[in-house]
Amino acid sequence: MLRHIISLLLENESGALSRVAGLFSARGYNIESLTVAPTEDETLSRMTIVTTGSDEIIEQITKQLNKLIDVVKLVDLTEGRHIEREMMLIKVATNGSDQREELMRLADIFRGNIIDVTDASYTIELTGESEKLDAFIDTLAKMNILETVRSGVMGISRGEKGLHL
Amino acid sequence: MELSGGDILVRFLKDEGVEHIFGYPGGAVLHIYDALYKQDDVKHILVRHEQGATHAADGYARATGKPGVVLVTSGPGATNAVTGIATAYMDSIPMVVITGQVPRAVIGSDAFQEVDSVGITRPCVKHNFLVNDVSELAATLKKAFYVATTGRPGPVVVDIPKDVTDPNVKVPYTYPETVEMRSYNPVVKGHPGQIKKAVDMIVAAKRPMIYTGGGVVLGNASAELTEFVRLLGYPITQTLMGLGSYPATDQQYVGMLGMHGTYEANMAMHECDTLIAIGARFDDRVTGKIAEFCPSAKIIHIDIDPASISKTVRVDVPIVGDVSAVLTDMIGQVKAGKARPDQSALGQWWEQIEKWRGEDCLGYDRNSPLIKPQFVIEKLWEVTGGDAIVASDVGQHQMFAAQYYKFDKPNKWLNSGGLGTMGFGLPAGLGAKLAYPDQDVAVVTGEASIQMCIQELGTATQYDLPVKVINLNNRYMGMVRQWQQFFYESRYSHSYMDAIPDFVKLAESYGHVGMLIDKPEDVEGALREAFAMKDRLVFMDFITDQEENVYPMIAAGKGQHEMHLHSDNERELA
Repeated sequence: MLRHIISLLLENESGALSRVAGLFSARGYNIESLTVAPTEDETLSRMTIVTTGSDEIIEQITKQLNKLIDVVKLVDLTEGRHIEREMMLIKVATNGSDQREELMRLADIFRGNIIDVTDASYTIELTGESEKLDAFIDTLAKMNILETVRSGVMGISRGEKGLHL
Repeated sequence: MELSGGDILVRFLKDEGVEHIFGYPGGAVLHIYDALYKQDDVKHILVRHEQGATHAADGYARATGKPGVVLVTSGPGATNAVTGIATAYMDSIPMVVITGQVPRAVIGSDAFQEVDSVGITRPCVKHNFLVNDVSELAATLKKAFYVATTGRPGPVVVDIPKDVTDPNVKVPYTYPETVEMRSYNPVVKGHPGQIKKAVDMIVAAKRPMIYTGGGVVLGNASAELTEFVRLLGYPITQTLMGLGSYPATDQQYVGMLGMHGTYEANMAMHECDTLIAIGARFDDRVTGKIAEFCPSAKIIHIDIDPASISKTVRVDVPIVGDVSAVLTDMIGQVKAGKARPDQSALGQWWEQIEKWRGEDCLGYDRNSPLIKPQFVIEKLWEVTGGDAIVASDVGQHQMFAAQYYKFDKPNKWLNSGGLGTMGFGLPAGLGAKLAYPDQDVAVVTGEASIQMCIQELGTATQYDLPVKVINLNNRYMGMVRQWQQFFYESRYSHSYMDAIPDFVKLAESYGHVGMLIDKPEDVEGALREAFAMKDRLVFMDFITDQEENVYPMIAAGKGQHEMHLHSDNERELA
């Protein structure tokens, strides 16, 4: 059961997202995360799906996705060298100056940015691989996390080759 | 030329070569129906229920190879059509279903007769469209027909809001001759390297087996398949969906395979060393227990849909392509190559197969004082010269028809193999009869299935579609009862239907001929009499042996070799 990052270009049409989501639920495939947004070509959306499954399941997932008429192109990023990133916005309650300083240090260590400040809270923006975001959350175990928002994973292949028409 | 959406739709259908559509009017499609009223090119068949429209269009498509076309209204019109759409989807039948939708301005407001048709049908269509603007209508319809009929065929839904067909809004129309879709390019030719690898393996086989499915019928590859099989001299079996694509009366044909397939077909599958799967999808009713499926075989799989390959069974040589093109390439390579099948090994293999065939697994009690359903089908085959189009419902009678009607030609056997939709038979038979008025069309059904779409007897009257209904009436949902007998210690929970109508009177009330046949000696005469009445629908109600079972049988989840042949080992099935 390996983790795969499947990246696809699909027609930027209403309903395309639900075709993909429906396929996963109808056939009982896992989705760990799914992100989608238009590309520089506004007729296309780029979607990144993180899923897990045996080789057979992943083969079926890619074949079934390719079969969807709205899917233009697809790549399993985990088959080659690639970079993955996820963004997190996390709001933490701050109780006194010690904790505020501690949080600033931690954000710095993790290369996060504090993007909103109140007397009682910091909101930190953090980007990296999902594991790094998990690690940051673990680090805050003793603090009071008010809110966590994660974008889901995005990925891109290394080198000049890429997923385009 | 400037036309309204309704006129564009009708004009497009004419330009696309559509002669018949099956439908039922309603609020959201009234503009379209008004456009239909003004012309005679596209003939509309008014059904009695939208499910009937989809099955009739489906039967029309199965018999002709052309796409079936359906027109229904929004809301309940669309939801009633869903069963027929799903039926076509499971069997990869080309169909275009046009559904009316509420006007664009009120979509999403829970308007009267509004349902999210695109959403509801999404899991059971090859693709679907919502037409947002009348200027997109013709191009969208063209895409719908293109997608439905190419690659692995399937149903496509086009949802059209009422105001898109507004008679007062006119836009220029020209028939779109071509269609381009960057995301949809079905493969035709098989990969030459894979074909070569497969041919080497095929000629080297000692115990070969050819297993073909509905893809050969859909791919119109019956001639190529027949040449391929005869060239090699190998045994061939077909799935329920593939019947007719190779002549069943031929010696190389070993019968249908799977749950109710023949002993020789299933044993040969189990013992073969090389399996050549062509346009078949390794369905669970065929494979039985996957772990014990063809244990010693190398598997070659030809299919137009990459997703069908290695879905349930891992294959050694996959070939993605149109079956007809791939078979043509293979025939060429076998002929051009030096290697020939090992005749002595093949001789021994056939000897073994003939021993299995000697079991006579389709034997039944021919001296019974009761009408045996198998006997009716055998006589039907005789009386129609083996050349009728047979539309079947779902259940025991479907299996008997598949086992005992020896189809020698493709597109003659119309049945809901994948979804198993009761109610399919009568409307499907009407669709086929509309396409081929001069051919005999037999609807093989049971007293339970027929009641699911029996209202279409009215459609048959209105459009003069004289099919012959063969009702195998055993006063049970036979297949349900059979499973209850085997697996639930004969607790016949709700599989007996009380208050069955008098089918003779029912048929007569629609203006048809009804016959009741309750003695074996009357079966043949009744069939001859019925088929002699060319211009009448005859409803034949055969009162059959109530507890006859379908044999052979492989219980669900058992291996291909674990067959039960006759009633003497019914207990072991459980």
